Amino acid sequence: MYNFEFVKPASVADAVAALGEEDAQALGGGQTLIPTLKQRLAAPSKLVSLSGIAEMKGVSAADGVLSVGGATTHGTVAAEAGAYPALADLASHIGDPAVRNRGTIGGSLANNDPSACYPSAALASGATIVTNAREIAADDYFQGMFTTALEEGEIITAVKFPIPEAANYQKFLQPASRFALVGVFVAKYADGVRVAVTGASEDGVFRWSEAEAALSKEFRGDALMDLKVDPANMIGDLHGTKEYRAHLVGVLTKRAVVAAG
Amino acid sequence: MTQVSMTVNGKAVSGDVEGRTLLSSFLRDKLGMTGTHVGCDTSQCGACVVHVDGAAVKSCTMLALEAEGASVDTIEGQAAADGSLNAIQQAFQDHHGLQCGFCTPGMVMSAAALLKENPKPSESDVREYLEGNICRCTGYHNIVKAIMAASGQDVSAIAAE
Ligand SMILES: Cc1cc2nc3c(=O)[nH]c(=O)nc-3n(C[C@H](O)[C@H](O)[C@H](O)COP(=O)(O)OP(=O)(O)OC[C@H]3O[C@@H](n4cnc5c(N)ncnc54)[C@H](O)[C@@H]3O)c2cc1C
Ligand code: FES
Ligand code: FES
Repeated sequence: MYNFEFVKPASVADAVAALGEEDAQALGGGQTLIPTLKQRLAAPSKLVSLSGIAEMKGVSAADGVLSVGGATTHGTVAAEAGAYPALADLASHIGDPAVRNRGTIGGSLANNDPSACYPSAALASGATIVTNAREIAADDYFQGMFTTALEEGEIITAVKFPIPEAANYQKFLQPASRFALVGVFVAKYADGVRVAVTGASEDGVFRWSEAEAALSKEFRGDALMDLKVDPANMIGDLHGTKEYRAHLVGVLTKRAVVAAG
Repeated sequence: MTQVSMTVNGKAVSGDVEGRTLLSSFLRDKLGMTGTHVGCDTSQCGACVVHVDGAAVKSCTMLALEAEGASVDTIEGQAAADGSLNAIQQAFQDHHGLQCGFCTPGMVMSAAALLKENPKPSESDVREYLEGNICRCTGYHNIVKAIMAASGQDVSAIAAE
């Protein structure tokens, strides 16, 4: 690992100021960034830890919206997001207990790994990504593998999830990495159903609009019977072919609908 | 270099570290506490698990400076001052929960965190909690058995394998 300067501000304003410096980078839980630094795939001059910023931590629910601070760990979401059980359940299956005690929702959404769990929840919930500068709708936020709408030095301070009537996340485990080989998040709202898929597409997390239309008409697993996912854009690697992933998308969506009830 | 101070196994310690110094390196290289093992470069093996303010973390994936002011518990603090093993360590010995022993410090620290949260875990609770602890020798069976035994449960029904 190349060396860097380390700072740990206590407020969002101080963090943003520190990130204004060239080659400064935010540090969430470090569960992605530290392994990346060990491989010398990044060389920030300064790491700005977000772990000391109280205003970026915690979970609260009001008026049908669950708000999660950007520096809240997966473990805290698992324990405290009872108002949105499918989200708490998703958080409780990220990686392993030690990863969940450090890794944060802001880090996960900023990184936008194509196999990460949270992006599917944010997209399926039509969540709002709140940063130090603005609010970004999930539909505008995810822009392909490891790419987001965040500007240089912009930090996720909170994420707001409208709480659905029913929801479920199905993660097909890639047992070596503990990420999702494919994961599907289904959320049913009064005005329709949203389905977001992670782990499958070359373009990163995406909404499966045909399934959304079918499920919005009839929220039953059988509503998906005639739908097929095109394998052309799927990820194909040693863990699974394009066709296998395309098939899993259908199977997991159906399971999620059945489990959501 | 920056000075970092923390409590390790109840004792106040401090030392000069770089920004990039990992908590695992601080424990092993600065404090000479080599009980915490480093088994990988990818944050996947769990040999390095310690507790920071009571929570299990991978010390290879946390900067030493992030632990400023924290209370850290490592494998060295598990046995009593006279060297007698704690219940988890004793159960690992009794049930052959280790072979080469490389993964054992992390296994014991993860098991301690589990039993604090869930004093009577089921076999599947134990297996799920240990997802981030890799063992290349035992096949896990006796590790699971040892942790069940350490929680005071009867393990005679868990077949030896
Ligand atoms: C063994 C293992 C298993 C894992 N399994 C899973 C899994 O099953 N599912 C899953 O989804 N993930 C998994 N992960 C990844 C984990 O969830 C990480 O915690 C997460 O991807 C990154 O969050 P972090 O807080 O650790 O961010 P960091 O590693 O600190 O940072 C990641 C990136 O985000 C930026 N960043 C951090 N916080 C913010 C913020 N608030 N605002 C803006 N930018 C920010 C950083 O600059 C960096 O570029 C796993 C990781 C490991 C090591
Ligand atoms: S050494 Fe920390 S996870 Fe492997
Ligand atoms: S006993 Fe050898 S790695 Fe677990």
